[in-house]
Amino acid sequence: MLELMQGPLLISILAAMVRIATPLLFSAMGELVTQRAGIWNISVEGTMLLGAVVAYVVASTTGSPWLALLVAVLACALISLIMSFVTIVLKAEQFVAGLALNLLASGLTLFWFQTYVIGREPPKFAGFEQVDIPFLSDIPILGPVLFSQRALTYVSFLLPPLVWFFLYRTRYGLEVRCVGENPKALDVKGLGVGRRQCLAIMFGSLMSGLGGAFLMLGYSDRFVPDLIAGRGWLVVVAIIAGNWMPFRIVGAIFIFALLEAVGIHAQVVGVAIPHHVFLVLPYVASLALLAGLRSRTHQPVALGIPYSRE
Amino acid sequence: MENLLSVQNLTKRFGPVTANDGVNLEVRKGEIHCLFGENGAGKSTLSSCLYGYYRADSGVIRFKGEVAELNSPADALRLGIGMVHQHFVLVSNFTVLENIIVGSAGTGLFLTKSDARRKISELCESCGLSIDLDREIWELSVGEQQWVEILKALYFGAELLILDEPTAVLTPQQSDQLFRILDGMRMRGLSIILISHKLREVMQSDRVTILRKGRAIATVETSETTAEAITALMVGHKVSKHVRDRSVEPAGEVLAVDRACAIGEWGEDILKDVSFNIGRHEILGLAGVAGNGQKELFETLMGVRALSSGGFSLEGEAITKPTSREMLDRGIGFVPDDRSLEGLIPEFGAAENLILGWQRAREYCRGPFLDRRKMDALARRKIEEFKVVTASADLPVERLSGGNAQRIILAREFLHSRGLLLANQPTRGLDVAASEFVYEKILEKRAAGFAVLLASEELDDLLRLCDRIAVIFKGRIMGIVRPEETTLLELGMMMAGDAKDVQRTVQ
Repeated sequence: MLELMQGPLLISILAAMVRIATPLLFSAMGELVTQRAGIWNISVEGTMLLGAVVAYVVASTTGSPWLALLVAVLACALISLIMSFVTIVLKAEQFVAGLALNLLASGLTLFWFQTYVIGREPPKFAGFEQVDIPFLSDIPILGPVLFSQRALTYVSFLLPPLVWFFLYRTRYGLEVRCVGENPKALDVKGLGVGRRQCLAIMFGSLMSGLGGAFLMLGYSDRFVPDLIAGRGWLVVVAIIAGNWMPFRIVGAIFIFALLEAVGIHAQVVGVAIPHHVFLVLPYVASLALLAGLRSRTHQPVALGIPYSRE
Repeated sequence: MENLLSVQNLTKRFGPVTANDGVNLEVRKGEIHCLFGENGAGKSTLSSCLYGYYRADSGVIRFKGEVAELNSPADALRLGIGMVHQHFVLVSNFTVLENIIVGSAGTGLFLTKSDARRKISELCESCGLSIDLDREIWELSVGEQQWVEILKALYFGAELLILDEPTAVLTPQQSDQLFRILDGMRMRGLSIILISHKLREVMQSDRVTILRKGRAIATVETSETTAEAITALMVGHKVSKHVRDRSVEPAGEVLAVDRACAIGEWGEDILKDVSFNIGRHEILGLAGVAGNGQKELFETLMGVRALSSGGFSLEGEAITKPTSREMLDRGIGFVPDDRSLEGLIPEFGAAENLILGWQRAREYCRGPFLDRRKMDALARRKIEEFKVVTASADLPVERLSGGNAQRIILAREFLHSRGLLLANQPTRGLDVAASEFVYEKILEKRAAGFAVLLASEELDDLLRLCDRIAVIFKGRIMGIVRPEETTLLELGMMMAGDAKDVQRTVQ
């Protein structure tokens, strides 16, 4: 274990942590807004996958990663309308709807992958490059960890404060939180509950798409069907572990990312702990948190309960 | 005097049910106008139409002389019609301020709390309210939460305030305070529609409109009428109120509870040193604001909730670690407070509900199978005896009215009980006639020698029915009094946590 603490390796681990955390941050901040509006959208995994697939297709045909990102985000915003229709209009069980979307996304992806990708020449592919921030990237340790990343990583650093400001300092944020806590309180003032939930689902979905697309364009050179590999579920877990509060969720994500980074490097260095132990830790930690923190939960009261006038 | 609101010929149907049938209503500026009627008479539907939650099928609503198009609560709020719901619509982990300003227009993108704070402080002052705007709702008492609801409506500029059964959850003192606040608002020219079925409150209004079966029967000046006359108008005939037979004296001891304690999920005291006894031919009333441990007390006596210390005895025999099966077998009848959740299985018919708990008894079975013929015979007998209005013994009981559903519970619990009857809020949500039927049956049991524990929020009813009344507050018995030696004021003080002088607690 000790060899992991040495200088160059430590920097490598921390840089990997930031890299792993970025797509999770996007998806988690989106899902947080959705959940604060009272919608248990567990289709994060499937939406990230969809974003990755669309980004891959567009990037490999047009060669522009930014265009690929844009199309992926739009596609995910569009697909969120299905979730909105099923949960808000039909008032179906949100958990089941999310599960169905996940299965649909992974099934379609496999079908597409086996039909159009396997056995063909992999297309040329241009992703995002590393952007070093002048001067800051020269700082020892901090420089390579924080300021030699992809451009979108810097954006992701700004996201949690923005989401926090939206939720706690704007009237729309207050209304979103109100919908998640007691939708009738807004309804009796004549404000549409469904519209706000629909927008919250859309925001969550497009942020998940952004996370998935970034995972594809930022760190991969070819497409594999299990590209997301449970990260969407990790996001849902991070929200529970972070007790539905923006900065605690960021903390949870960085801890999860650190565990994974350590896991990867432990493999390389040859530490005799199986990689999977590190991957399982976030889930075990969250289960423990869930069991222990029940009394002090900030979980939105109306989370997962379809709203209708009686 | 000018009319602020006038409603002409308002009709609202839900499927085949006509909830409001050609209702006319006029509310003057600066008056407290009471809507009085039994459950299901259409009071709540009418008020929902008035603030835009429901759309009336036909009829005209005029506000300040102009026809009002009320398509949503937003329309009503914009015009100046505000609603205070019976079940508060508040976000419990928002502050008072946040609850009031959420959804208010014209504050721009950002929350500008300072302006709102000033405006709300002015409102508080003019109504004589004092409340900390930065406390979260869950920290407030029920009475204070109601003030927040009122402030919400006033903040949106309401000139007409509709209050739906506002005192259902209040102690008598809190409700007096509420009426002082309402009085102050009337002085400032606001109009108030008060929905109630409590006569004491109705008599404090300026005028009363009586609803019966969806129709507005009459509007009268309160000062020119009497409580009896209004009640007669409400039910359509005279109702005789039952009182206990004082010639029968309680004797002996059926149930004795000795320092019973129970602890909740988070280690808090739910019941603390609860002691009382009930004799034969005795009804012991249990008064208290809802949620002060009544339900838990009944649950421990029925063996579905464990005691942490203390205990109770039945007919002199100590009961340790009771199970619900054991308590049923000992002949305890139990009427739970939530009919549809605990008292009945809503999808089952009368016949099946009548044998719940006794489905294994030999009298309803043939071998391992239920004997439908005996069940149906029992159902027919009980439906007749308890005058249950139902199409058949198989009709799911969820289709019955509250009064008829309660009759089925009573029939079942009376069938197998011997000696002790526990009734938690047996008349909750029932109209006057249905309530009196329940009381009549309970008094019959008292005459037959039963000991009865009767919890109710209707203090007037407890005073005329009970031999003694115990008051519960936060899981503690604050005192036990005789109805003829106490007053509503004293009961109210005890319900708010004022312990009675120990020496005066009667045994």
